[in-house]
Amino acid sequence: MSEDVFMAGFGGQGILLIGNLLGQAAVIADLNASFFPAYGPEKRGGAAMCSVIVSDREIASPVVGQPSTGLLLNQQALDKYYPQLRSGGLCIYNSSLGNARSCQRDDVRLLAVPANEIATEIGNVKLANMVMLGALLACKPMVAMDKVKEALEIIIPERNKRFVPANREALDRGYALGSKRVPL
Amino acid sequence: MSNRLFVKGNEAVCMGAIAAGCRHYFGYPITPQNEIPEFMSRELPGAGGVFLQAESEVAAINMVLGASAAGARVMTSSSGPGISLKAEGISFMAGSELPAVIVNMMRGGPGLGGIDASQADYFQAVKGCGHGGYRLIVLAPYSVQELYDLAMTAFDLADRYLLPVMILGDAMIGQMKESLIPRSYDPPTDLPEKSWAVTGKQGRAQGNTVKSLYLADGALEAHNWKLHGRYQQIQQQQVRCETLGLEDAELLITAFGSAARIAKTAVEMARQSGLKVGMIRPITLFPFPEKIYRQATERCRRILCVELNNGQMVEDVRLSVDRQAEVRFYGRPGGTGSMPTPEELFKQLQKHYKD
Repeated sequence: MSEDVFMAGFGGQGILLIGNLLGQAAVIADLNASFFPAYGPEKRGGAAMCSVIVSDREIASPVVGQPSTGLLLNQQALDKYYPQLRSGGLCIYNSSLGNARSCQRDDVRLLAVPANEIATEIGNVKLANMVMLGALLACKPMVAMDKVKEALEIIIPERNKRFVPANREALDRGYALGSKRVPL
Repeated sequence: MSNRLFVKGNEAVCMGAIAAGCRHYFGYPITPQNEIPEFMSRELPGAGGVFLQAESEVAAINMVLGASAAGARVMTSSSGPGISLKAEGISFMAGSELPAVIVNMMRGGPGLGGIDASQADYFQAVKGCGHGGYRLIVLAPYSVQELYDLAMTAFDLADRYLLPVMILGDAMIGQMKESLIPRSYDPPTDLPEKSWAVTGKQGRAQGNTVKSLYLADGALEAHNWKLHGRYQQIQQQQVRCETLGLEDAELLITAFGSAARIAKTAVEMARQSGLKVGMIRPITLFPFPEKIYRQATERCRRILCVELNNGQMVEDVRLSVDRQAEVRFYGRPGGTGSMPTPEELFKQLQKHYKD
């Protein structure tokens, strides 16, 4: 098993947080993981991107040219990274902030997740990243959900521990949506 | 839960250093290595050590010199522009035979450069960034685990050969997170005592002096021969290198550090498509694994050197290979969006395999 994901959106959406979380969860599950953030003048509102690889083998390159999965949280990310996806790949996008009108490839599966709406229902739009990660885990079972929830305890800083339950709920909501709408 | 952690490279090098007994850190911030001073400022005081953010890189390296002269295990870190400022102090440490560990998380290009992964400082690290013709041992880790392990090795090598050791990484190695098993430090039993350390007279008639100035007739030449002999010893004893598939290779690829990570996947792709590609990854850039290059190219006559610069290590590859071997080069000189992908290097392998 070896899965690679591009996660992208704008700074402030928690892209690097969910990348980190997935990697940490994989390590808890005794898998190998690499988390490689795009490292530039990233800031709130700017572009944020990271690539994550989860594998049961040694990971050579943490750099991925054509990812098998894109987890794309806004229109800008969808425009930029959808064309780079590997043939046979999967694109999960945040339909609250992006539309797939220009996504016309027949070799890439698409899953729309209204992540902002779901997050707002739970009580905080900032949980959209967790909804997206939940959907990803349903489509690509690279790490068990309980390991991801365990990893939350490590990744979420002490001062924000009170938000852990809401993050768990957001993961579950995303997972439920991803499980129902397994993209063809 | 196992003891596998998920940490950044910049944190791993600090963890290795502290495990190896480093209790002193002096530095000045610069991206992409800021997690190093951040980690040290958080962890060293609790470990009974000293973290000090100096007023400049020049001040920091001279604090390193002082702590080293007093016998402490001491570390500093920076990126290319800061290492340039530290060059004078590094040269003085080399001349004064003082051990230390210096981390350079490289930037791309001259001047201020850029913060994306780049290997622009190979020459600076390997050919002596300061004056006087000294050498550093230069280690090139290519993973978070290796950053941790080689931090320990670096302190041992510095204390054994009495010189600064440089750990050369970049934004990829420093900023990425991977799994890490923090092994416990196993100190070598045969490290020389630091009887030269400046610790007061301690009952001696004369206190120790640490210096790089030799005025007496013939004294400087003798000192330089001594340093030279030590560098030769290092070349004989401390070469570290990873090789892959040399036995049947029809084409070799060579790269260090971050470029070697990408190259390794390209080699896997090549092997899967039936191309017999082998790989040489130097872990020590000084001492350079000359003999391994020569022997490998006696068998396989073509070698492609890949670097995140416009060609630096390739010069040492050319000097090392068999006379009949053909050295080729592929590089990307750094900057946003200039990171080569495994697919890109695979294409290069296909091209150079054919003609």
